[in-house]
Amino acid sequence: MHNSNKKLQQEIIRISGVNPKKCMRCGKCTATCPAFDEMEYHPHQFVAMVEDGDIEPLLKSESLYRCLTCFACVDRCPRNVEPAKLVEAVRLTVIRQKDANHLKADDIPAMLDEDIPQQALVSAFRKYAK
Amino acid sequence: MKVSYFPGCTLKNKAKQLDVYARRCAEVLGITLEEIEAWQCCGGVFTTANDEVATKLSSVRALQAAQEKDQALVTVCSACHNVIKQTNHAMQTNASFADKVNRYNDTPYDGSTAVYHYLEMLRDLVGVDKIKEKVVNPLKGEKIAAYYGCLLLRPNSVMRMDDPENPSIMEDIIRAIGGTPVIYPYRNECCGGYVVMESPEFAKKKSNAVTESAASFGASRMVTACPLCKYNLEKNAPAVPVVYFTELLAEALGVKEDANA
Repeated sequence: MHNSNKKLQQEIIRISGVNPKKCMRCGKCTATCPAFDEMEYHPHQFVAMVEDGDIEPLLKSESLYRCLTCFACVDRCPRNVEPAKLVEAVRLTVIRQKDANHLKADDIPAMLDEDIPQQALVSAFRKYAK
Repeated sequence: MKVSYFPGCTLKNKAKQLDVYARRCAEVLGITLEEIEAWQCCGGVFTTANDEVATKLSSVRALQAAQEKDQALVTVCSACHNVIKQTNHAMQTNASFADKVNRYNDTPYDGSTAVYHYLEMLRDLVGVDKIKEKVVNPLKGEKIAAYYGCLLLRPNSVMRMDDPENPSIMEDIIRAIGGTPVIYPYRNECCGGYVVMESPEFAKKKSNAVTESAASFGASRMVTACPLCKYNLEKNAPAVPVVYFTELLAEALGVKEDANA
């Protein structure tokens, strides 16, 4: 594994608290994920790719912004791997970089209608921007 | 009985009914919701990373405000409840996180505040039997589909509200106020959440699956505790009318009209 990938892998494991080695590849996380068909890399692939240190493709993937943080994969994983925490850690390593916010304040007006709750905005900012 | 109450951002704006009916119903049932002074937004979703500290301070401050008054902390918005409860759990179980948080505090917080969702308050502090006694306009058997979504139940290791795959807390309350609960397979699946901002099509697909499931089991109305669920279901899948569960409760307890004043 390339050194920079190794470093990224360790950082993601550290901030997520997830041990990807516990995964037995049953795929239940992906089967239960409400966003799996919107994701280029499915939850079980996230786990495998982090375990392999194959992290660069994940950093560039839109899949990071399709996770709903619904915790279905967290609750239903038979090995308690908690894939959503891994997705979150990868997303944070991206948006914590300078000018790497996925959602910008200027994008908001075009997304609004008169009924949209404040909760949608604060949640999207919490997930997509730093 | 008095409890500390954290309304949250949306309950002051788009979800006023959720807030107003919650307060009225609580009074009828003998509980006063005392709004925490100068509360700050919970942020809408819990950030699971261990090293996220600043994003959780508003929740800690609310928990501490309740502790200072020796009260339980009650929230009615599913999202606020989820964020605050997970933050409290992290304060109890993650010593290095708690240590970092407490460097921002004049007095350390130990995670000892009891956190209730309003539904848990109804079940555990009021009691379903007492609700039944206070009903003046029973629902006459109307078929009501309770929508849990994701935030109320998960992660179960922290939330501990109910059986996460076969919950009954809302159904028991629906029964107590004279309704017939509809059990349908999508009641604990996600509505599409905040992804609606970027991808309304995606939210439409997720929300449709939920309302079609409820409709196919004969529901005439759906109830939720989450403003974002309500928005997604109404906007993207208007098959069945959706109301806040506090509104339904207010109808049954005879305080709905008062609450509009």
